[in-house]
Amino acid sequence: MSATTQPMVQPPVAAPAMAAIERPGARVWRRFRHHPSALLGGTLVLAFVIVALGSPWLAPFDPAANDWMAIRQAPSAAHWLGTDDVGRDVLSRLLYGARASLYAGVLSVVIAFIIGVPFGLLAGYYGGLVDATISRVIEALLACPFLILAIAFSAFLGPSLTNAMIAIGIAASPMFARLTRGQVMAVKTEDYIEGARAVGASDLRIISRYILPNVFTPLLVQATLTIATAIIAEASLSFLGLGQQPPAPSWGSMLDTAKNFITQAPWMAVSPGVAIFIVVFGFNILGDGLRDALDPRET
Amino acid sequence: MFAFIFRRVLIAVPTLLLISLMVFSLQLLLPGDPALALAGEERDPAVIEAIREQYHLNDPMIVQYGHWLAGVFTGDWGISLRNQMAVTDLLLSKLPVTLELAILAMLVALAIGVTAGLVSAVKKGTRWDFGANVIALSGISIPNFWLGIMLILLVSVRWGLLPASGYTSPLESVSRNLEMMVMPALVLGTAIAAIMMRHTRSAMIQAMQADYVRTARAKGLSERVVILKHAFRNALVPVVTMGTLQFGELLSGAVLTEQVFTIPGFGKLIVDAVFNRDYAVVQGVVLFTGTVFIVMNFIADLLYFLLNPRLRT
Repeated sequence: MSATTQPMVQPPVAAPAMAAIERPGARVWRRFRHHPSALLGGTLVLAFVIVALGSPWLAPFDPAANDWMAIRQAPSAAHWLGTDDVGRDVLSRLLYGARASLYAGVLSVVIAFIIGVPFGLLAGYYGGLVDATISRVIEALLACPFLILAIAFSAFLGPSLTNAMIAIGIAASPMFARLTRGQVMAVKTEDYIEGARAVGASDLRIISRYILPNVFTPLLVQATLTIATAIIAEASLSFLGLGQQPPAPSWGSMLDTAKNFITQAPWMAVSPGVAIFIVVFGFNILGDGLRDALDPRET
Repeated sequence: MFAFIFRRVLIAVPTLLLISLMVFSLQLLLPGDPALALAGEERDPAVIEAIREQYHLNDPMIVQYGHWLAGVFTGDWGISLRNQMAVTDLLLSKLPVTLELAILAMLVALAIGVTAGLVSAVKKGTRWDFGANVIALSGISIPNFWLGIMLILLVSVRWGLLPASGYTSPLESVSRNLEMMVMPALVLGTAIAAIMMRHTRSAMIQAMQADYVRTARAKGLSERVVILKHAFRNALVPVVTMGTLQFGELLSGAVLTEQVFTIPGFGKLIVDAVFNRDYAVVQGVVLFTGTVFIVMNFIADLLYFLLNPRLRT
């Protein structure tokens, strides 16, 4: 994203030097390719997305179909990861559960982005009273632990996957607002912003055309890391019964059921937890790798 | 010093007021008539009207908030619909349990996180460093409620070493209490340990590059003394403040840990309140944790101020 916007806002470069300069997009890709953990993270995330979107074709059984003849069966050739307390295939539920995690991870970050970024832009750009007011609201929201805030929102909105996503999105929005504000404050004193102002560009144009593209990189990194947090938060809310409602599968609700059968059917608890761990680990190392690849100070 | 405290308190006041406004506004999210939602199963019109009166639901919103805030300041945080107890009494009765869990978890986090961070920084770029980083990243990525379930499966069910769930007060039996708190503290402490490890590592790396460390080495001091007495002591300043700030996160993590290990603390209180539609308790927990966070923030600032001689002069 920044690759397309950088030339517009960077100081002009002498023509002979242009040929020797690597394009920003190519530089980012080169750094990313040479970052083993980022590549691993990217691969894990890509696999997760494919599994989530392809679950209707990949799942061997209907994830919600009870089979009273196959209750709590250990892993076998027929059911690779075993069956649960009502005979449902754990593998199929795991594959479909990836969808809930993907939706929750991505959509709650989109909600957090839509709420947080505009407030951060306003606070950072206008400063003064606007900044003071928005900053106090951000502090107040950040003061409440993320999960407790999400639980509270879910409690008042009612338990469902959609409400869990909204709750997580609202709870995560101050992180984006704070990050955007800081970035805008650093960028708004740059010469090209002064230049845009001098030629009579409106505040809206300056913010949308010059500031937002230049603060987008750290926001992208933050978004990747927040998806990891959101996936754990969705699993946590579903584990508490405040997210995905039965019989629809979710990794958190699968663990909620599994904890009641820990002695009789331990396999029910293993795979959802491993899946959450792998996906969250993938997003975390992808975020770290992106941060390194997109950092202009790195060579 | 007093000017610093006064300034920090002044900043905290509007934040606390905004937290209270946010907590109050939560009830606006209730679908339909809030009086009906607050009444729970009760459908008697007289009771519903009484609730409407009690919560001033017929008044304009700002007046409702004024009444609610006045109650908060005078210790009236509402009545739990389920227990028919004052919310403040409920919170105070559960607090010692969660506080014990949080303190034990913090000890686990410090023991693991600070040690791993120290080793990782001293052995920067080696396999030790890589291993510590992978473990830290794994600690952040493992959902702690799943780690709890796995520990119950192995330690309690398979090996029969520790009780799987429940709680015994230390006033009844200290040894039984510790037996029951080992696994929850380990589960809750692991995630924080990973964060503490990362902060200790970066603070130590920064300290190891400082001039005073170079001077200490030039004086011929042993590497052990240089690391522990000079670098580590200075690196502790951000680590201590970070640890203080993480206390709020421990309250958040305790919700799930207490649910897994059936510990009757603060976290279990909010989850039970959610299912019983005991909204005053939910609001009480959010208000309380927000306030605790602000207080911990204040303590962290104060510690930073006290531990950093340059700020004091």
